[in-house]
Amino acid sequence: MTMTTTKAPATAMPNALTSGKLPKYSPLWLLAGAFALSIAIFAVVDAAGGEAFNWAGMAVLAVVLFCVLIWLISRLVEGGRKATDRLVTALVSSAFAIALVPLISVTYTVIVKGVARFDLSFFTESMRNVVGAGGGALHAIVGTLLITGMATLISVPIGLLTAIYLVEYGRGRLARGVTFFVDVMTGIPSIVAGLFAFALFALLFDDPGIRFGFGGAVALSVLMIPVVVRSSEEMLKLVPNELREAALALGVPKYLTVLKVVLPTSIAGIITGVMISIARVIGETAPLLIIAGFTASMNYNLFAERMMTLPVFVYNQYASQGTDAQAYLDRAWTGALTLILIVALLNIIARLVAKFLAPKGLR
Amino acid sequence: MTTTVAAPAITAKERPGDRVFSTLTVVASSLILAVLAAVAIFLVAQSMPAFVAESDDFKGDATNFWSYVGPLVFGTVWSAALAMIFAVPLAIGVALFITHFAPRRIAQGLGYVVDLLAAVPSVVFGLWGIGVLAPALQPYYANLTEWFGWFPLFAGPVSGTGRTILTVAIVLAVMVLPIITAISREVFLQTPRLHEEAALALGATRWEMIRMAVLPFGRPGVISGAMLGLGRALGETMAVAMVLSPATIISFALVQSQNPTTIAANIALNFPEAHDVGVNILIATGLILFVITLGVNSIARYIVGRRKAFSGAN
Amino acid sequence: MSKRIEVNDLNVYYSSFLAVEGVSLTIEPRTVTAFIGPSGCGKSTFLRTLNRMHEVIPGARVEGEVLIDGNNLYGAGVDPVLVRRQVGMVFQRPNPFPTMSIGDNVLAGAKLNNKRMSKSEGDDLIEKSLRGANLWNEVKDRLHMPGSGLSGGQQQRLCIARAIAVNPEIILMDEPCSALDPISTLAIEDLIEEMKQEFTIVIVTHNMQQASRVSDRTAFFNIAGTGKPGKLIEYDDTTTMFSNPSVQATEDYVSGRFG
Repeated sequence: MTMTTTKAPATAMPNALTSGKLPKYSPLWLLAGAFALSIAIFAVVDAAGGEAFNWAGMAVLAVVLFCVLIWLISRLVEGGRKATDRLVTALVSSAFAIALVPLISVTYTVIVKGVARFDLSFFTESMRNVVGAGGGALHAIVGTLLITGMATLISVPIGLLTAIYLVEYGRGRLARGVTFFVDVMTGIPSIVAGLFAFALFALLFDDPGIRFGFGGAVALSVLMIPVVVRSSEEMLKLVPNELREAALALGVPKYLTVLKVVLPTSIAGIITGVMISIARVIGETAPLLIIAGFTASMNYNLFAERMMTLPVFVYNQYASQGTDAQAYLDRAWTGALTLILIVALLNIIARLVAKFLAPKGLR
Repeated sequence: MTTTVAAPAITAKERPGDRVFSTLTVVASSLILAVLAAVAIFLVAQSMPAFVAESDDFKGDATNFWSYVGPLVFGTVWSAALAMIFAVPLAIGVALFITHFAPRRIAQGLGYVVDLLAAVPSVVFGLWGIGVLAPALQPYYANLTEWFGWFPLFAGPVSGTGRTILTVAIVLAVMVLPIITAISREVFLQTPRLHEEAALALGATRWEMIRMAVLPFGRPGVISGAMLGLGRALGETMAVAMVLSPATIISFALVQSQNPTTIAANIALNFPEAHDVGVNILIATGLILFVITLGVNSIARYIVGRRKAFSGAN
Repeated sequence: MSKRIEVNDLNVYYSSFLAVEGVSLTIEPRTVTAFIGPSGCGKSTFLRTLNRMHEVIPGARVEGEVLIDGNNLYGAGVDPVLVRRQVGMVFQRPNPFPTMSIGDNVLAGAKLNNKRMSKSEGDDLIEKSLRGANLWNEVKDRLHMPGSGLSGGQQQRLCIARAIAVNPEIILMDEPCSALDPISTLAIEDLIEEMKQEFTIVIVTHNMQQASRVSDRTAFFNIAGTGKPGKLIEYDDTTTMFSNPSVQATEDYVSGRFG
């Protein structure tokens, strides 16, 4: 209380605890100032050099300016420790802004370049006998749905049962081994999964040039199973033990406890995990390039002949551009847009499932 | 309800339903082990011919398998290492921003935004890298060689397309950023509240609190996240295959048009046309890649395993 | 329709750790027996051996025998599932199934066992059980609502209703009131008093007043120190235990001198 008198009476009611603090919104003003200054500098320099306005350079300069300014001003007004804090805040915030740049750029580019061919024929035609403009990706979309669907059919039972084993039954060496090797599987590069499926079926059918859809599904399953196991395991672990005990104490056998109490309680989380794992593998290109191959025609049979998929379609349109290069590029971008939309849709469904299927009042 | 008073009738020790169900789960678990064993066995089996292949079976001027795979291993490690240089500091910054700097109300939303990056398929990143990023960076590369050409990393002649290993590293960094961020975020959030409050109560600023409480606590998590990201960067195929303009050389230069390529990209580019022993050679390089990523991931798991507090998977 | 429990020289282990040692006691039908004792003395562990719930915890095992009307629970070939249908259990914290409605929660024992039951039969069982748990009047209009929407005390009575719907002989209660407020606790205590007409009840409690209020017989468990096994110190009529115990430790405990 007595210390207030020693401070310079800057305000009517001086408070010993408010010394040297920048006003609340000063960083924002400073940021705006830095941008204004940077725009001015670049406008002059670019105009003098007769070049187009350099947005990227301007933004970089503005952020650097801001960091330097806020550190200097804060150091003068608030002291060294606070200045370091302000500088770190500025740096960390710019890190986030930098992370947003590619996201925005990718989204923007894919939408702008993708709408060119986002038309009816893209979704109703294949590439059979198409040279140059026209054609569509129906064969690729069908292939993606078939292969991913098959991969899901393989992965979900295996993955879910394994997760149940690990959480409800697993003890000792097998459980530890499975946990470890599921972790190992998470790290398998996608192209190695493709090579595995190829090596397997090439030896099995003695066909060194084998390409077919089911092989792609197997390759994707190798990538998908560990994701399903991990996410289902986490969800099953969230089910309180009290519920298991309650069921067991009612004289319910263990398998029915798992099937009718544990699974229904965690089903929302499990479905969410499965959707997200589908979203993860549906964009895989490399393994399908190797074992499913590419084709321009429709193929509804998973067990024979090459089968096109959307990611491979995108790659193939880009990689083997014909004489009318722009038509191929347009199809590639529209394929990319379709792919992103499918992934986004899966993610949205996953979130909705998580929201609406979750048991009420749990946690 | 039936009366189960006849207690001596209690005989069945294990019910058929229980036995069937638990057996099913064991079978599924064992299947995973079998699949992994099959991956290893079939890859090794199909790789065997490569190790004894003649020199004219290889593309380029490699004389045996090891001289063929050498530059590829170098390119794989070099591009992934460059990507980590960009991605790790950025990911730590982003994770700190989301957990400790952003307003509480929007923090979770911002987390989702970064996760969106992980949802973009790699082939789209490839398309973006070559269609947008490479042309955008090319002029800066030209400046870089002009001003810093004396420094070996930036030695000329500059690539005219921007399809250099530096561009690839940036694309890879963007792709692994969400992985490292997600795990760092998780461990930063797990910093004991008491530690943070203890630091703040000592009069620490926010940054000092982070340095005293959050970073030491989160370090193993960040390291393992970085290792998982590294594993992903090493194995990434399409983005590299599409963006890089490849050559079979060992070179540290970042912005030239002659770049060391990676194992995964090399397989993707050559597999469709490969035949006979060429296929085996590519599978053998895949086996090498498998071994490398296995090593990196095992180290990551080991670090995670020492701290049981969180699961590092995805 | 309630049964006598006879325990002969029972040892309970968690892996190699001996948690409860040498317990022998007899519990008469249609009585309320309270287990009291300081934390960690093994009373809950012992309670769980009476319907083989302890073996849910990995590594747990027992030596000795538990006879229910002469049948050894730990005899060869005994199915724990059938044991648990005769010996119901109510837990420390109310745990209604979050995915089921109030009505389904009551029928859970039957439904989870895939037992076919007509609608009217099911409704009758719901009403009978809920009435038995003094909950019918409070929830009869919202049987289809999720059980987790009830208050803690109501949830606990729902769990009791769920336990008695299976028609057990014996009901074990593991500190059923420790998570409840005093009013809800009173409701449960009244309920226990009524239920003893039909069931043999064993209750673990930390609350000595509760033990003296609800039980006919009381067993006092104690532990010599951490890492030592819990033991049954004294077992007698509740009035004797609280007024004139024969062991010094019991007197110290019930008079609040330790624990």
